[in-house]
Amino acid sequence: MKPTDTRNPEYYHKVVDCQYACPAHTPVPEYIRKIAAEKYTEAYMINWESNVFPGILGRTCDRPCEPACRRGRVEEEPVAICRLKRVAADQKGDVQSLMPQAPFPANGKKIALIGAGPASLTVARDLAPLGYEMHMFDEQIAGGGMMRSQIPAFRLPEEVLNEEVGYVLNMGIHTQFMTYVESLKQVLEGGYDAVFVGTGAPRGRDLPKLPGRKEGDAHIHIGIEWLASVAFEHVDKIGKKVIVLGGGNTAMDCCRTSRRLGGEEVKVVVRSPFKDMKASPWEKEDAQHEDVSILDNHVPLSFEVEDGLLKGMKFQKVNAHYDENGKRKLIPTGEPDVFIAADEVLIAIGQENSFPWIERDIGLEFDEWEMPVVDKVTFQSTHPKVFFGGDAAFGPENVITAVAHGHQAAVSMHLFCQGKDLHQRPAPFTKLFSTKMGIHEWSYDSPVTIDQRYLVPQAEKSLTLLDRRKEVELGFDPPTGYKEAQRCLNCDVQTDFTADRCIECDACMDICPTSCITFTTNETEEDRLREKLLVPAQNKSQDILVSEPLKTGRVMVKDEDVCLHCGLCAERCPTSAWDMQQFFYSVTKAGNL
Amino acid sequence: MTYLKPLFRHPRLPKNKLGYTLKEYEGSISTLCAGCGHDSISATIVQACFELSIEPHLVVKISGIGCSSKTPAYFLGNSHGFNSVHGRMPSVATGANMANKNMVYFGVSGDGDTASIGMGQFVHAIRRNLDMVYIVMNNGCYGLTKGQDSATADQGSASKSGHINPFQPVDLASLAVELGATFVAQSFSGDKQQLVPLIKAAIQHKGLAFINVMSPCVTFNNNPGSTKSYDYVREHMQATGKMDFVPERKTLRAAYPEGTETEVTLHDGSTLNLHKLATDWDPEDRLSAVNAIQQARARDQILTGLLYIHTGYGDLHGILHTTDTALNSLSEAELCPGQAVLDSINASLR
Repeated sequence: MKPTDTRNPEYYHKVVDCQYACPAHTPVPEYIRKIAAEKYTEAYMINWESNVFPGILGRTCDRPCEPACRRGRVEEEPVAICRLKRVAADQKGDVQSLMPQAPFPANGKKIALIGAGPASLTVARDLAPLGYEMHMFDEQIAGGGMMRSQIPAFRLPEEVLNEEVGYVLNMGIHTQFMTYVESLKQVLEGGYDAVFVGTGAPRGRDLPKLPGRKEGDAHIHIGIEWLASVAFEHVDKIGKKVIVLGGGNTAMDCCRTSRRLGGEEVKVVVRSPFKDMKASPWEKEDAQHEDVSILDNHVPLSFEVEDGLLKGMKFQKVNAHYDENGKRKLIPTGEPDVFIAADEVLIAIGQENSFPWIERDIGLEFDEWEMPVVDKVTFQSTHPKVFFGGDAAFGPENVITAVAHGHQAAVSMHLFCQGKDLHQRPAPFTKLFSTKMGIHEWSYDSPVTIDQRYLVPQAEKSLTLLDRRKEVELGFDPPTGYKEAQRCLNCDVQTDFTADRCIECDACMDICPTSCITFTTNETEEDRLREKLLVPAQNKSQDILVSEPLKTGRVMVKDEDVCLHCGLCAERCPTSAWDMQQFFYSVTKAGNL
Repeated sequence: MTYLKPLFRHPRLPKNKLGYTLKEYEGSISTLCAGCGHDSISATIVQACFELSIEPHLVVKISGIGCSSKTPAYFLGNSHGFNSVHGRMPSVATGANMANKNMVYFGVSGDGDTASIGMGQFVHAIRRNLDMVYIVMNNGCYGLTKGQDSATADQGSASKSGHINPFQPVDLASLAVELGATFVAQSFSGDKQQLVPLIKAAIQHKGLAFINVMSPCVTFNNNPGSTKSYDYVREHMQATGKMDFVPERKTLRAAYPEGTETEVTLHDGSTLNLHKLATDWDPEDRLSAVNAIQQARARDQILTGLLYIHTGYGDLHGILHTTDTALNSLSEAELCPGQAVLDSINASLR
């Protein structure tokens, strides 16, 4: 095999599993080290630069980083990355003064942002300091989008939301809330140089064809609409017996909110098996902890209505069967149908996009699923001035994905306004530097702790169920935050190998605790080389690092899979052929162009 | 700062017949200089014991003084160990071995510990054919006292300071063959492929198995001009042949395209398959072994691999007809049979 090109920033970026998995590529190990060093403000600002909403995401993120965490491959549980982010947000000092300070010298260009959710707010934050005049429109009473209307206050306190939305809006954004934009054409005629659409996926799916749907309508609600009504205080109670249909995180928010508004017997009923449910495992746990029962393998048949009053629902019991491709089929078990009594039903079976306000004759193409045609890299629609991001671009995802879209759309819009080529994307900002301070001393904590993942403390259930605004999770206190932070393996401290310094003494291979390093003869096929390693490199999602040929003609091959980044290879290397080099990678934002 | 090895291991680390992974055979983290050849030899011993599925508690490690003699702390952390007086490893090993012959004995020594202060002990351990593996980690210098030439340093070899050694070296392998050692091998710390099967065969060999391992001292003797540096040894190594150690006679062997092959059966029925590269050499013929070593020397080469093996000679227990039971398992009545037995012995001598 050819020697690995570690000067290509994407190689080392991929080694930092958490950062690579994060849609916004937040430099996770970097801020975790800051937390361990009690530099909470710095940790917060690293996050803020990448993901704009550290306090919000530290409570509500879907955490794609955690399943990717290398620690999960060497022991049971990954690092509690998400909740560490919250520690930074909870303990930070003054951050406002570290952010770009409005007013900014105007550049004469005007931008409209439709929707005030995470994607639009990100675009606003990235572009405002460049002098754009930003106009933000939203039908809600305040900024935040679905973070305000759909995420219940017991998971995300309003103060946290207001604070972080405020940091963006304070940059001199012109907001027009309680304004539903009815026509994109009109907006385009308003003299804007570019328009960003971040209107989310606002329509909750319904079950219009299910018998009894119309008759029981007064007691049947669409999950996200109901959550919004609760958030904006139009609804403050629910019946004692509640059925929540659906198995995603919205269903979890619905059932837990129901428990706080008077629901005593709350059941989540879902078609799929428990393990296939879309909800995050921790959300399911929290719901069950609040006495919500989850009934899986139940397909809804009908709403049972008597004399205009909803009595409950009928379900068919099924079993999941998987074919050789893993495709699932739900096959009825033949057992009698199940009746579940209910006073009210919440339907939380998914969300859809909806663009009734975009005219179809303005040069903005839609595809066969009524979705706008949007470039996956530039986020530009077929109308050159109109850009999309967040759920509005490619369908429902999550907050952190919306932020990532926002950054890229902002870059595109800035390039567009300068008349530059949108496909000439800026390279990431990277740094690579040695952490060596002495023979056994590195500028990071190289020892690997064996602590298992710490649990985030929660407030007493007896208190939280009484008040829908009472936050359930209390967050790590600083000492626990420190211990959890020390579980991080510092995967951004790279094992950098220089072949012409190596004397092939085998010291690194002998010391490596996880048998990652092998000196062997090269192969032309990657698979054959992977097989030849001390422990064959079976995890193909992880790269192998192949050196230049060594003096004996052999090569050094390192399997990145379970490297602990403990630095022992470099400590036992007599010639500093190995060095532990810290790698910093940051997606270039519009503000840095 | 790291003086402890992390406790996590590769989740797919292979297991041996006992269900152990390499972790069960490791020792504590080495305090030798980074890149020391001795650490590679330690790792090789770990690998060999793992592959042979030896119970770690049935191994005894004995050493003298020196860098080499520190290494038993860095391998087989679950085995017995004795760090003895300088050059006196063979005496302690003899005592231990006499008391219990049902263990695997590793004697670890260096060029100073064997070829200088311990020469007398070394010679007599060979003469008695003590059943042990005797490894010399040979770096040609006194690393622990800042790199003075040792007795195995080659004449003309340059030290780090540029000093040329004026003396003839003690050639430990030739000496061992000459003294009648029943298993003599030579290897290089940087060649695990050769060293692992050698150590495995040495463990299975009944009698003294001597392995002289070139083990570069990165700090004091890895300079240009040294004949014990990584580069010099790599360039001047000449293997007697490739060796496979076959614990049971089941393994199918790939046929080698050229050269000759010899099979040597060890006492326990395991075999050594030797694919000979040196054509006029017979591992079971002492004369040809001495010849091969001397001829290689004359060509400035270091002959590595198995040099000589003789399986027809009993070890010390066999020679002395000692009891099969370890002394600690014998009862007082057996150890001290009483006046009547003493009287009969005395009577037989009158």
